[in-house]
Amino acid sequence: MKQSKFWAWVIFGLGAAYFIVPLVATFEFSLKMRRGHYSFDSYASVFSDPAFQATFGYSTLVGLFAILVGVLIVVPAVYFVRLRLPHLRPLMEFVTLLPLIIPAIVLVYGYIRLYNSSSLLPFTGSALGTDILLVFGYVTLALPYMYRAVDTGMRTIDIKTLTEAAQIMGASTATIIARIILPNILVAVLSGAFLTFAIVIGEFTIASLLNRPAFGPYLQNVGANRAYEPSALAIISFIITWGAMGMINVLGRFAPRTSARTD
Amino acid sequence: MTNALATALKPSRRLSLEWLGVAPFVIFAVMFLILPTLYLIGTAFIGRDGQLTLENIGGLFTGQILAAYWISIRISGASAILGALIGLAIALAIIRGRLPAPLRSAVMTFSGVASNFAGVPLAFAFISTLGRLGLVTIILKTLFDIDIYRAGFNILSFWGLTLTYLYFQIPLMVLLIAPAVDGLKKEWSEAAQTLGASTWQFWRYVGLPIIWPSFLGTLSLLFANAFGAIATAYALTGSSLNIVPILLYAQIRGDALQNPGLGAALALGMIAITAFANIVYLVISARAERWMR
Repeated sequence: MKQSKFWAWVIFGLGAAYFIVPLVATFEFSLKMRRGHYSFDSYASVFSDPAFQATFGYSTLVGLFAILVGVLIVVPAVYFVRLRLPHLRPLMEFVTLLPLIIPAIVLVYGYIRLYNSSSLLPFTGSALGTDILLVFGYVTLALPYMYRAVDTGMRTIDIKTLTEAAQIMGASTATIIARIILPNILVAVLSGAFLTFAIVIGEFTIASLLNRPAFGPYLQNVGANRAYEPSALAIISFIITWGAMGMINVLGRFAPRTSARTD
Repeated sequence: MTNALATALKPSRRLSLEWLGVAPFVIFAVMFLILPTLYLIGTAFIGRDGQLTLENIGGLFTGQILAAYWISIRISGASAILGALIGLAIALAIIRGRLPAPLRSAVMTFSGVASNFAGVPLAFAFISTLGRLGLVTIILKTLFDIDIYRAGFNILSFWGLTLTYLYFQIPLMVLLIAPAVDGLKKEWSEAAQTLGASTWQFWRYVGLPIIWPSFLGTLSLLFANAFGAIATAYALTGSSLNIVPILLYAQIRGDALQNPGLGAALALGMIAITAFANIVYLVISARAERWMR
């Protein structure tokens, strides 16, 4: 059995090397902008680039809207399906799996063909319409993760008892969802939100094909034209992803662990 | 009387309220998930003259397009199989290899990050590592006198792309297979040992048969994951590597195939392949779940 521990360390070491070396290499490369010695010049160059600020701001905003729309459509649907329409659950599980089956590039191709400027719903006919379409596209991409996060959150609380108690006190359904259910699954919703943000912030395919000035196409453009800035941007992106995932881990510690039912 | 009326009306009112709550989700899914996909699938069967035709589907079976599908399938297959094997090895090492407990949670957290660290930045990272001026390339050349580029390696090639894809495939495998590895109860290996089984016999007759369905299922998910990915490949190679998503991207951008119907057929082919991989996943994971109880 000593042997198995030895091999475990070997596998762990090799894996760690594969995952850490590219990060070290990227970081080292990003410091080499000034000849002769290391400097943070490439980071300064990235942060002072107006296009960086504009596209990052744009993608952040689109991400926030995608989170908002995602929460608004997923939370009530999961609530009612869990409470009163349980027979719809398999269908919902299936629909929320579809974005993993249909590649993003196929999805956006469908959008472009279906909602072009001469169609009934000309989303791509105006800049604002395309922005909205981009938000909806991101909601779709994040749907599997948002749905699972919210569904897991609702499983850990007793929505039936909470709903009945609130109804007895005279609360309307909208009040129940907004002021009873949502605060109780806040940790789950925020996990879904951070995951959505991590997926959306550097997304390339949909933003690029809808021609929006987002962070993903900006990254690609810098990669094609600059030498040292791309590695600085890769490090920045890694830190952002790390931040979003770290938040989910931190939030997980605050998740309610008490539950009336265990199903 | 009014009370009776109210109770009589109540169920139907509540029913409509339920549907009102589910309606935004349903409308959204139909408009931005189902309709666009069905529309594309329909377009694949309509010719330039507006008539139903199989011409577009037939158009897929030409040199460049078949080659693109073949490269895509090979890259997705290689990165899925290698990712699954290495991911399983890492999961076994951290969960059953009696490594210190903090190491395990560190690996799981890192896997969550790395499985989401895809797209354009990942391409940058690998260019800085294994590109012509990458750190590893240069260290190998100066310290060990090994010129990997002269030896035929290229980050813009099949193996370059596969090696890059592994950076998100392995962590995804670790995340997805960990519950199955956890499900291998300690008592089982103890029971096997008591009965005189060797380590090899335990894995051959107990461990692997239990992990196998989860392994195959996750493998197909990894395949679909790589097959639809475009950003990493595009940022690494521009449009020089002829894989299906890049071909479709060029078609959407500038009608590279000079036929919108053919573009739709290309998309249909992608859906068919990823759907097949995912159906395999669903069927196998449903069977695997029986073991997890």
